[in-house]
Amino acid sequence: MKYKRKHQDSRSRQITMVMLVLVVCVLFIVRLFSLQVLDDTYKDSAESNAFLRKTIYPSRGLIYDRNGKLMVSNQPVYDVMVVLREMANFDTLAFCQVMGITKMDFEERMADIKNRRKNPGYSRYTPQVFIPQISYQDYGLLQEKLFRFPGIFVQQRVARQYTLPCAALQIGSLGEVTQKQLEADAYYKRGDHKGQSGIENQYEEALRGQKGVEILLRDVHGRIKGKYNDGANDVAAVPGKNLTLGIDMELQAYGEKLMQGKMGSIVAIEPKSGQILAMISAPSFDPNLLVGRERSKNYAALSTDPTKPLFNRPVMAQYPPGSTFKLVQALIMQQEGIFTRNTLLPCYDGYYYTRTKKVGCHHHKSPIDLPTSIETSCNAYYCYGMRRMLDERLDKYGTIQGAYNVWRDYVFGMGFGDALGIDYPGEKDGVVYRSSTYDKIYGKRGWKSSTIISISIGQGELLATPLQIANLAAFIANKGYYKIPHLVTMVGNDSIDIAYRTPHKVEIKDKYFDVVIEGMARAVKKGTARFGQIPGIEFCGKTGTAQNPHGDDHSIFMGFAPMDNPQIAISVYVENSGFGATWAVPIASLMIEKYLHRSIDSSRVEIEKRMLEKSFY
Amino acid sequence: MRHRENKWKMIDWLTIGLYAMLVLFGWFTIYAASYDFENSAWIDMGARHGKQLMWIGFSVVLAVVVMLIDSKFYNNVAYVFYALMIVLLILTIFIAPDIKGSHSWLRLGPLQIQPAEFAKYATLLCLAKFMSTYGFSLQNRRNLLLALCIVFLPAVIIIAQSETGSALVFVALMLVLFREGMNGLVLVLGALCALFFILVLRYNNLPLAPGEQPTPELYGFILAFVIGILVSMVFVHLYTRDKACLRAMAGVNAVVWVAGGVLHYFYPAVLYTWIAAASLGVTMLTLVVFMFVTRRKTFGVVTLFLVGVLALSLCADYAFNKVLAPHQQIRIKIVLGLEDDPQGAGYNVRQSQIAIGSGGVMGKGYLNGTQTKLNYVPEQDTDFIFCTIGEEHGFVGSVLFIVVYTFFMIRLIYLAERQRSAFSRIYGYGLVSVFLFHFFINIGMVTGITPVIGIPLPFISYGGSSLWGFTIMLFTFIRLDANRMEVLQHS
Repeated sequence: MKYKRKHQDSRSRQITMVMLVLVVCVLFIVRLFSLQVLDDTYKDSAESNAFLRKTIYPSRGLIYDRNGKLMVSNQPVYDVMVVLREMANFDTLAFCQVMGITKMDFEERMADIKNRRKNPGYSRYTPQVFIPQISYQDYGLLQEKLFRFPGIFVQQRVARQYTLPCAALQIGSLGEVTQKQLEADAYYKRGDHKGQSGIENQYEEALRGQKGVEILLRDVHGRIKGKYNDGANDVAAVPGKNLTLGIDMELQAYGEKLMQGKMGSIVAIEPKSGQILAMISAPSFDPNLLVGRERSKNYAALSTDPTKPLFNRPVMAQYPPGSTFKLVQALIMQQEGIFTRNTLLPCYDGYYYTRTKKVGCHHHKSPIDLPTSIETSCNAYYCYGMRRMLDERLDKYGTIQGAYNVWRDYVFGMGFGDALGIDYPGEKDGVVYRSSTYDKIYGKRGWKSSTIISISIGQGELLATPLQIANLAAFIANKGYYKIPHLVTMVGNDSIDIAYRTPHKVEIKDKYFDVVIEGMARAVKKGTARFGQIPGIEFCGKTGTAQNPHGDDHSIFMGFAPMDNPQIAISVYVENSGFGATWAVPIASLMIEKYLHRSIDSSRVEIEKRMLEKSFY
Repeated sequence: MRHRENKWKMIDWLTIGLYAMLVLFGWFTIYAASYDFENSAWIDMGARHGKQLMWIGFSVVLAVVVMLIDSKFYNNVAYVFYALMIVLLILTIFIAPDIKGSHSWLRLGPLQIQPAEFAKYATLLCLAKFMSTYGFSLQNRRNLLLALCIVFLPAVIIIAQSETGSALVFVALMLVLFREGMNGLVLVLGALCALFFILVLRYNNLPLAPGEQPTPELYGFILAFVIGILVSMVFVHLYTRDKACLRAMAGVNAVVWVAGGVLHYFYPAVLYTWIAAASLGVTMLTLVVFMFVTRRKTFGVVTLFLVGVLALSLCADYAFNKVLAPHQQIRIKIVLGLEDDPQGAGYNVRQSQIAIGSGGVMGKGYLNGTQTKLNYVPEQDTDFIFCTIGEEHGFVGSVLFIVVYTFFMIRLIYLAERQRSAFSRIYGYGLVSVFLFHFFINIGMVTGITPVIGIPLPFISYGGSSLWGFTIMLFTFIRLDANRMEVLQHS
């Protein structure tokens, strides 16, 4: 009996022991289940531990001009990198000598690297940028002596290189991504470079290509221990697409040369296609200034320059169109039946819109017909036109507002008012008031043609960009349509957006264009633009003077050539240079001659020289 | 001579098979853990896995030698061996070089040996012999005390060598005493002690969220007191079956808590900590009253238990801060979640959990573990070797490994139970207890269940001393088991 109880007792103790072992076993299984199956944060931790995802940067797309000449390419630049942990027995003095820096520079830079606020990615084990973007020459010097500096190595990156130092604003520049850009687009990582302005920015997605990644294994000390999975998970980089521009690089460079010492702009468009042949903003600058180590310093200097070289005048500057706008008026008035070619109107030094107030005009014969009004740039002619349309045809339009709205619709149909939509960031709208705006200012019955008479000759409440004026020249050359002016003609092997290939119709009959073109041709032959005659090229144009409340008037010219088969439409603005004929006309004619003949006739070398040497500031 | 012929048949080949499996799996895991992506030779005597191959070879020799020795030998030399081991342990303190503050390694020519690994073996033999002597009874105080001395004498010396982890293993031998008739209450009380210690440490010092005001309440005390009172009621029920006392205890506690709750509502200065203390006090008072009324000592003993709870609670912080070394305190705090220091002391635990956790369900595949290969896990081929298993074989492989190991230990319990001699049985249980302790603490620490105590996973971790020590211990038992029919000693 006693034995049996003892036996039972030891039996229960045996079971207790077995249970104890099983409890431990079950405890571990539960714990492992929670670690390995339920919780998946450990996978990420492990990957961020062990995987070094090294970005492989694709080569950025190249940029060619309209003749297939390389404009923008890539050049290797070299970042001097430092791994602090490996800098044992470092000869600081010798290193400073090679790099051409002082010991203080060195220490300052080191302190910056170690400052986690300025350099959030700091680690003693991983490469840190010591000096970014040294030149190939400096790299050569350093390379020879690199073995003497443990912990220092050089990493190659790619920067932009320009065949000719032109079109800096149009092409734009690359810069490090900003905090905002980092947050907006997950593609970028801190320290990446992207297009920050111009075409580089507009076509960033095509140019940048697609980054690749190489997954490396990194041990606990940050040392690289080879490729993960023999590179099977790596992704190759996709190179960026090349761009072809409508710009003629030589014409662009020539235009920048002509505009040296002047402020203003030149826009040249191929009328049939809307491709921009040249787009010059003066003063211009060397695009190499915004590449490399000195970028931020140069950028600061450019942005504080009072001549505003970073202000891209062709698309951002809003000027009153001045007399060039008379062409617009001539077209509308004909289409609306207010003028015919032979409408004769008097002008004796101006147009009196009240008993005492007049819009002045220079002296010319009187009365004149429509082409002559363009040739002589008569102000009074267009004041009569505007009065007839706004005040005297109420039978047709009902009210002045109705008449004005018809007029305004024509103006908008010619690409004024809203921005044209060029493939370039930052294009400004023009200004053409709504009738309701005038209602607000003067009251519904408070205004008539005399109130807003300045707009009939392109002054007053009218503003247009040089691009819009060039576009005006383009659609007159085309006799009735334009394509939205654009810089890029091909992205890789793809054609550009359909929007740039669709013609926009201007609702004016062909024959009315002929009258206007006749006037423009006469302006060049014997009228206001007669200084612009080019031997062997018959071209048409119109001068203008934009009144400038801040100083001397801006000189404007717009035109196209040759007359019969227009290849180039152009607008030229020279700020603060007075009457349009003196500066804008010769510059435009030189541009046209250069583009059509590829050279300047010997008879015109004197004019060219005068243009090149003239400086307005 | 009949016995001798049967000897090889009597050997438990299943256990040897499990042993071989574990050791081989261990070697492959060590190869994986020390695997270098740039140098992956299978046989490289300079590398850790190459050396382990030598240790394994020598283990086979040891196993054969152990099997060839007559089983009576182990019984006969037990005391002498124990005595020699004690002397060696003491000597080691003085002659061993200082390795990271511990004096536990002896240099023998090219070999380094840790006597503590073999002290377990000597202690097992000695304990088995002593407890199997005729007339031994754990009910005899003198016998119990001597048995405890045999167990804890080497432990104390090993602590003096600054190898606290190895010393703790001896605590596991209390399981042997339990199997041999020691009151299970001792184990329960031991577990309760640990529980109260942890409760007080964990909940008296709750980590504050940023900006949070520290509360004057000591939740550790509240929990400890409440659980203590509940346990005391269980004791009263089990050992006295006195329903009146139970009702009285429940009643006074209800009164104290309701009154305390009302008071706290009107006077927030009356803390729940005080209410819990009051309820502990009135419970003790009730028990004392019942002791005098019924004249039963049992009530007094239960009262003493509550006094113990109070004393332990009050002393826990003090003991923790004064008795434990700083690195031990931090290890415990990390497990309790009181401190989080992923770059410092918590690094090992954090990284080993990342390694195991990143294995997922199926694991990354043999030799494809990145965390262990790239040295993110420290001690990856010794104490933290389970990380490699977890990372490369995933949940499925880890569970399979744990199940096999568990089966191995249960097999040993089965073998121990089939012994006819008390010596063999007690030795067998000692063996199981040691394996269980190593298994529990080692995998517990890498999975974040127990504090980091640097002891190896038997048969898997890299290291000659531990492999040889465990091999000798295991094969001695297999040898004893093979002879179980011959030896009919006093049971």
